[in-house]
Parts: sequence; structure tokens; C-alpha cells
Amino acid sequence: MNKQQKEKYLRDYGTLKSQGKPFFPYAVAKDSAMAMVVMAVIIAMSIVLGAELGPKADPTSTTYTPRPEWYFFFLFELLRVIKPPALVQLATIGVPTICLILLFLLPFYDRGPERRPERRPIATTAGIFVIGAIGYLTYLGAAAGPPTQIDIPVPANVVSQGPTAVANYKAGEQVVAQSGCAACHKFGENGNSGPGPALTKVGARLPAQAIQRTLLNPSAPMPSFSALSEQSPKQFAQMVGFLAALK
Amino acid sequence: MAKIKLPPVPSNPLSSPKRPGKEYGPSGARGHAAEAGVSAVDWIDERTSLSGGLRWAMFRKVPKGTNWFYTLGSATMFAFLSQAVTGVFLAMYYDPSATRAYESIQYINNNVFLGEFVHGMHRWGSSVMVILIFLHMGRTFFFGAYKYPRELNWVIGVALLVMTMTMSFSGYLLPFDQRSYWATIVGVNINGTGPLVGPYLSEFLRAGPYFGATTLSRFYAIHMLMVPGAIAALMGFHLYLVAKLGTTAPPWIKAKGPEKLSEEKVTVEA
Repeated sequence: MNKQQKEKYLRDYGTLKSQGKPFFPYAVAKDSAMAMVVMAVIIAMSIVLGAELGPKADPTSTTYTPRPEWYFFFLFELLRVIKPPALVQLATIGVPTICLILLFLLPFYDRGPERRPERRPIATTAGIFVIGAIGYLTYLGAAAGPPTQIDIPVPANVVSQGPTAVANYKAGEQVVAQSGCAACHKFGENGNSGPGPALTKVGARLPAQAIQRTLLNPSAPMPSFSALSEQSPKQFAQMVGFLAALK
Repeated sequence: MAKIKLPPVPSNPLSSPKRPGKEYGPSGARGHAAEAGVSAVDWIDERTSLSGGLRWAMFRKVPKGTNWFYTLGSATMFAFLSQAVTGVFLAMYYDPSATRAYESIQYINNNVFLGEFVHGMHRWGSSVMVILIFLHMGRTFFFGAYKYPRELNWVIGVALLVMTMTMSFSGYLLPFDQRSYWATIVGVNINGTGPLVGPYLSEFLRAGPYFGATTLSRFYAIHMLMVPGAIAALMGFHLYLVAKLGTTAPPWIKAKGPEKLSEEKVTVEA
């Protein structure tokens, strides 16, 4: 906006304002009515949905589902959409940071005098696209199933080792399932494909030692399982054994 | 055509002044009560000069054509106030220690009068506030209301959005159940992958290299002292700018000057 356009805006706005109504009581009445609606919605949600607690936080436990509050789903889903490990940093921090900077600086690069949405096709399209993208990612996050179920057929080489090996494999499968690994990793048909790599055949890629090292010292955002290995070495060993057997 | 009867004009709207020498002021108990209220307000105003600012903020004009979309900002503020009030009541019973936090929330839910109700209002109020702040931002964006001269108010608004999300994130840990604990660990780890400040930020959030006993009290301090204070201060500045610059008119409303002025003719007498 150049100086002339600025002055024209201020002049037109001054005219519109002088023809308006005082804030009190006209706008205040509308705002109060809206506040009543907000209050009613909050009270209704509290009564209908309640505030139930899950089980107590337990750093050593193996049954957890790291799911954020629903309005963070779109950030969380961004991690799954962008899969290559080299780009994970881009997904976790890069894209949100760039979007935030663009949002902060919006009035400094969109300086045109036009305010009507239908005459600002680029801004309006971009806005609708962003809302659509956030909505879609939120939907994906909400639709993702509970990450506590894994059904992988017992591999042939485990079956050939006898019933003890199969029992250990099954126990490990349960530990992995309850640990919520499938929230970020794919196991055959189960789990989410990202942010973490698919683990369907992780045993073929990594030896048991390497899997154990990764579980103890993972790269972010994966949580460490060192607490589990200290509190319950048996379960941790079953977990490693199960993952190493996936070939 | 029947004539409409004109409303009666008060015979004497102004009471005649009293005779000199007689005492001025109200008479009777009601009059004295009214006088007491006025003088109390006068007393405060004499010492604060608040009435001018209040008149400036409350009786400023709002342009023609503003509609219900223009209530979203104040609705967001109202949701914040609701969060503040319910938060105060929760803080009366909440214990931000890793060993007692969960039990104290359980106590609120099961033993405190209307405890679960207030807890639920606080929990779902956060969702309502996030939805309202996004709607308010959408209105501002599509109506081009962030343009000159309101650029700074947009920047403050985005800062308020970030702080609202910070409130949601820090509040999510406080009930200290499994969901909140593990979601927070992953969230802090995600912060840690950021360039340059990432590792420092996640260490600050965790109060150390690992998730420990002090992490919860740190989140508690962030959630109920640091960020809400900043939100309240910025909200005040946001509102000041709204009052100073005026509420925008919807972009499709055209300004029409007073016609008398535009038809004015200048005649030069000889």
C-alpha cells in the first residue's frame, strides 16, 4: 500500500466508523450472547464427555499409546507423511517453523490494498488450502487405529526351534504391541507407516545387538526403552528377541 | 389519513434552579443513596482518571455491517477467562509432584464437590479455545483485517496462538496418566530435533537431560505462571490496539460520505 492508498483507507474507514454504533451496548451485547454460547458449549462438553483419567503414568510400563491432544494431530501426522529419515528434521521442525514464520510475517509480504476475499485469489486459495491440509491431516490422525495390536505369523525358523522359542516370540510380540511401537512403525498389516521405519523385516536388516542399542539409545522422537531394560530385563529381552526374529 | 399523536413533551425537563441561599443536593434517602454512588465513583476517578479511558474504550464507534464473525475474538478471550477461573479451582487441589499428581487429580474427580465437572470444563475448554482462536484467525485472514494499519495486531495474535498451543501442550502432562506422560515424552523429543535451539529447548522443558521428578513442576510453572501471564499481557495489548485502531468493517461495505457535503456549491458574490 502506498501513501495514497493508506490515506484513502483511513478516510473511508473514518466515514464507516462515524456511521457505526457505539461499542457499548451494541457490540457488547453480541459479544455477551456469544460468551453465553461458549459457556454453554464448555459446560455441555464437560457433562457429556467428562474428564476420566487413564491409568497412572509409569515410566517402566509397556502399555502406552503416545497420542497427542487432537489439535496436535496435524503436526503429528506431518511426521508420518514425510517418511525418508533424512527429511524427518524437516517434518518435525522445518515445516512447522517455516509455516509459523510465514504466518507471523503475513502482513509484511501481503501488502496490497484489496481486502475482499474474492479479489485476493492467491491469499484466499492459500488460506483454503492450508485449512484443508490441516483438516485432512487431523482426520488422518483421528482415523489411525489404536497402536496396540500386532498380528504377524510366527516365522518358520522360530517354529522349527521348538515351543519355547514360539512362546518367547509370542511374549515379545505382546510386549512390542503394548509398548505402542505400532503408533510409529509398521508391522506387516498392523501399525502406522511412519514416522518410524517399517519393522516387518527388521531382523533381516539389523542383528539383535543393533536392535538392542537402538532401543536403549534411539534417535528422536522415539522414546528410549532403557527404563524397561532396567525394570524388567526379561520383557526387554523378549522384545529384542521378537524384533530380531522378524525376517 | 389519521394523524399519529405526537408523544407528550415533558413540560419542564430541567428543574428550576433553587433560590440562592438554599442548600443544593438531593433530598430524601433515595437521593442521598444515589449521591453516595456518584461520589464514590468521583472519588476513584479523581485519583485515577479512569473514566476517560473507559469512555474511550466503551463508547468508541464500531463500523456499520459488523456481524457475528466479529464476536470470535471476544469469545476466545472469554474461553481464556473460563480456563483461568477453572484453573484456579483445580490448582487448589492439584499437587505437581510426580508421586502425588495423579492421586490429586483422582481426588479432584472423585471427592471434591463438582470436581470432575470443573476438571472437565478445563479440559474441554482448551479445545474450545483452540477452535475459537483458529476461527478468529480465519476471519481476520479472509477479511484482510491484518492489513494496514493493523499489522502489529496480527503479529501479536499469532504470538497468542503459539502461546495457546503451548498451554495445551504443557497442560497435557499435568494429569500424569499414561497418555499424557508418553505423549509429552514424544513431544519433547520432537522439540529436541530442532536446529540450534532444539536440544536446549527440550532440556529446558525436561529440567535436565532426562525426564525426571522436576519435569512435572517445570511444566506446572510454565502452564500456570509463565504462559498465562504472557497471554494476559499480550491480550491486553491486543485489545488496546483494537480500541485504538477500531474494529474493521467487513471488506464489502463501501464508505459513503455525507451527501450534503458532496453537493455543496460554492458561489462567489460579486
